Amino acid sequence: MSKKHIKHSFVEKRVGWLAVFMTLAISIGGLVEITPLLFQKQTNEPVIGLQPYTALEMEGRDIYIREGCNNCHSQMIRPFRSETERYGHYSLAGEHVWERPFLWGSKRTGPDLARVGGRYSDEWHYVHLMNPRDVVDNSNMPAFPWLAENVLDGKLTAKKLELFRSFGVPYTDEDIAGAQAAVAGKTEMEALIAYLQVLGTGLTQAE
Amino acid sequence: MSSFWSAWIIVLTLAFLVFIIWLLRWNMTNYTGIKEGELMDHEYDGIVEINNPMPKWWTILFWITIVWGFIYLALYPGLGNFKGLLGWSSSNQQVRSLEESRLATEQAHEAGLIVEYDRQIEQADEKFGPIFAALSERSIEDLASDQTAKEIGQRLFIQNCAQCHGSNAMGGKGFPNLTDSDWLYGGSAEQIKHSIMEGRVGLMPPQSQFNDQEVAELAHYVMSLSGRKVDPELAKAGESNFIVCAACHGMDGKGNYALGAPNLTDNIWLYGGSQEAIEETIRNGRNGVMPAWKDILGEDKIHVISSYVYGLSQE
Repeated sequence: MSKKHIKHSFVEKRVGWLAVFMTLAISIGGLVEITPLLFQKQTNEPVIGLQPYTALEMEGRDIYIREGCNNCHSQMIRPFRSETERYGHYSLAGEHVWERPFLWGSKRTGPDLARVGGRYSDEWHYVHLMNPRDVVDNSNMPAFPWLAENVLDGKLTAKKLELFRSFGVPYTDEDIAGAQAAVAGKTEMEALIAYLQVLGTGLTQAE
Repeated sequence: MSSFWSAWIIVLTLAFLVFIIWLLRWNMTNYTGIKEGELMDHEYDGIVEINNPMPKWWTILFWITIVWGFIYLALYPGLGNFKGLLGWSSSNQQVRSLEESRLATEQAHEAGLIVEYDRQIEQADEKFGPIFAALSERSIEDLASDQTAKEIGQRLFIQNCAQCHGSNAMGGKGFPNLTDSDWLYGGSAEQIKHSIMEGRVGLMPPQSQFNDQEVAELAHYVMSLSGRKVDPELAKAGESNFIVCAACHGMDGKGNYALGAPNLTDNIWLYGGSQEAIEETIRNGRNGVMPAWKDILGEDKIHVISSYVYGLSQE
């Protein structure tokens, strides 16, 4: 054994170097698994039928976030038959390219909502959000009756669309110019239902 | 994936594995010049360290994980564009539409690749396909009295229909009761199946042309159609305006399956039968939507559900 052998005690006694080596060790996984995805066609190209959220749907999405729907509802159908039998085709990367942030969720207290669009009528959603027990006896979902009372003024809607345009969502100038008018006076309930009704339809309605 | 990113993944992964092997071997070597089991040459507050090697069980586990890493990377897709010797993947990637998804399944099948999700579906089709195929050959009326069809139909109903129509199929306000003999779009086997397959959109337009008095009169007339006790004068006054309603509900108020216009003479009320509720319906209109299920469930399953629903009102 050579006298010049590097000794483990080197890092044991130098906390700065230890930190450097730890950072390197930890980041290798991210460098291999995450970095290449940022440049993949698959994760950046929308599915064929994907449409940007309308102004009203965008407001609905923010209400979905505000009320914390994503804490109990996932938006990610995994490629298992047990999931696709119930929810429809498994979620695809291309369906989420314009989502910032993702609302995939990580826990299902209620069902997955990735393809809830078109599954129920607007009227059902209204009744269900006002009081879930009215339609599903044993539901433990909270009621959200204030959504029907709160009216949107749309002051920030155009700004939101502009922000998403800067992320690469193809909003036109007309979309942004008409954003406030499209939502002003509508209730939060209408906005949320509009959002729910479009979830997952980009894939299923494409020809 | 471009060859650059593929190479990036392969080089980093393999280099790190080699590095881990070196790290393990390095730490297994006794380079301290002190024999195993003897004291190291440091001491802090009376605490000393004995030069012991790392536990054998631990190093063996480490070697096993390294070997497993190589085996895994050889068999499964992990190294960039290399698909793995098994040709296994969990689901089809790079899919942008349902059509592309179908094509990807076919191509993977022809290329002999194992797509775990497709395999699950194939196995399920082999198992359940013949059952549904046999059921779909029989008529809905016939299936309604078949115990197996009933059980399958009930499960599908609970899973997909109960959210609106209730687990007992008795519906609720705005959601039709399926166990009675009153039908908006007809209760024949074919009409039920059509309702489920294609969905239905029922639209009662708001009658804003009537003032409060006229709406009240009309509501009384409508209530009188089902033989309820009403103020005869108000009802009489409402009769002339019913001509507007008759366009859909018919002069006799018996409704129209083609339009989904409810029968007003049976005292069954989808949106409530109180004078208040009826006035609200006349004033604001109603919009009842049954979603289309053919793309979600497929015809074979809908055939069985139809028989279950058909059977509910036959008992």
